[in-house]
Amino acid sequence: MKKIEAIVRKSKFMEVRKALHEADIEFLSWWDVKGQGDAKQGLIFRGIAYDINAIDRIYLSFVVRDVNVEKSIDAILKAAYTGESGDGRIFISSIEQSIRIRTGDSGDESLYNK
Amino acid sequence: MKKNSTQYFIMIASLLFSPALMAQEMTADVQVLNTGNTAWIIVATILVMLMTIPGLAFFYGGLVRQKNVLSILMQCLVLVSVISIEWIVYGYSAVFGTGFMNDHPAGTIIGGFDKLFLRGLTLNTLTTGNIPEIIFVLFQCMFAVITPALIIGAFAERIKFSGFLLFAVLWAVLVYNPVAHWVWGGGWMGTLGAIDFAGGTVVHINAGISALVMSVLLGRRKDYVPGKQPITPHNIPFVVIGTALLWLGWFGFNAGSGLAADGLAANAFLVTHLATAVASATWMILDWVINKKATVVGFCTGAVAGLVAITPAAGTVDALGSLCIGLLAACICYLFVAYIKPKLKYDDSLDAFGVHGVGGFVGAILTGIFATQFITGEGGRQGALYGDWEQLGIQAIVNVTTVIFSGLMTFVLFKIIDKLVGIRVMEGDEAIGLDISQHGEIAYSEGE
Repeated sequence: MKKIEAIVRKSKFMEVRKALHEADIEFLSWWDVKGQGDAKQGLIFRGIAYDINAIDRIYLSFVVRDVNVEKSIDAILKAAYTGESGDGRIFISSIEQSIRIRTGDSGDESLYNK
Repeated sequence: MKKNSTQYFIMIASLLFSPALMAQEMTADVQVLNTGNTAWIIVATILVMLMTIPGLAFFYGGLVRQKNVLSILMQCLVLVSVISIEWIVYGYSAVFGTGFMNDHPAGTIIGGFDKLFLRGLTLNTLTTGNIPEIIFVLFQCMFAVITPALIIGAFAERIKFSGFLLFAVLWAVLVYNPVAHWVWGGGWMGTLGAIDFAGGTVVHINAGISALVMSVLLGRRKDYVPGKQPITPHNIPFVVIGTALLWLGWFGFNAGSGLAADGLAANAFLVTHLATAVASATWMILDWVINKKATVVGFCTGAVAGLVAITPAAGTVDALGSLCIGLLAACICYLFVAYIKPKLKYDDSLDAFGVHGVGGFVGAILTGIFATQFITGEGGRQGALYGDWEQLGIQAIVNVTTVIFSGLMTFVLFKIIDKLVGIRVMEGDEAIGLDISQHGEIAYSEGE
């Protein structure tokens, strides 16, 4: 089992969701995050234009069986890409154990993403 | 707005006599209540109250950060109650009393103590426009309320509630009341011939200059870096609701100030609307050209600048004058808000000075230029554009005096109150937000 986490552009998030869905990854969590990096976000307030380096991104996270890792990464890579600075990152880590609360199943069986 | 006191006497006296005699008197010179005017001033009073709550409360409330929104709402709310009490108990008499108006030296500062707690006002006491004096008291009460409320924008996000409250009450008594008396209550500015139809001098310059002094004395908010790190609004839809209510309420503010439902009121309504439309569009274009985007907060700021600038002029200018006032007010306020404020590095948090002080001053001076006999009537007052430079001079004297007076008084009040209770919150309280540190509440709870 692997946990896949990714930071993507807000504007690309819907495409990432769709691509993951098409790759049969139907269960995932996400949240709004702010971060700082190379990218800048423009903002105009009271007649002055500012470059804000606190930028808005979406952080998404899901756990899949080892066989599904490759296609999940491909889906995110294709959907989140613009070529501009600030496209984001994907992180993959191992999961020791997973237990489904309702049934008590553990391991691969406990994952929604088949 | 000066009343003919002998006519009151006849009226009150006639009520004491027999009905037959009274009927006889009525046909002569006794004034009869004008129901049309009365109805309009009742509505206008409601409109002006809407400007403070919820209008200004939401306008300013939306512009601050989430952790301070309740402090703004509370400051606006508490002024409606506290200043109303002050006004009815003392303020009305100080501004519109007549006790000292017969060559008494104190008459230059206050009207008198004869109307304390509205003494002598009956259901039948009429004032200008033949409306009950009681509704005039309330109409003016709403002006007394909104004026200190405008200053809230200058010290937002860093003022102690106790210090604020003490400041607001003392400011109403020692700054608002005298200036209102000078201009509207028969004081020296009115006698000199100053034109201030609905409060450019009394309300906006007065509040705007005090706002500047307060923001300089209080110092910048900790997180504010002029021109580099803005503190952005937490809820722009609130700002829009607030602007819409201010725009709407201002029709009562300006078109009610003639105390009559007549052509002058209709024209005041027209020029108020036009100047606001022009100013908001002008600000939007400036934003668009200079920063490549037409911002919502910019549009709203422009609208308020237009409303402020037309206020003194609403009873004396025509549509052309209002168009020019709206245009110039937006450009000059934009200059102050976008360039001069960051350059001088003072933290007028919500631009109470940049919009109300500057807009009010521009409007008051332009009144001396664009006032026209087309509105004021044959032999009426007119501005420099029509060849009468004297009016422009009067406007300049009166408004510069107001700037000096309210600036100095605010400075003194700040020093005294800072010694007594302290005005600025402690650093930790500022960081945690005024909602929690001053009021023990949070505006938007998380979760259920």
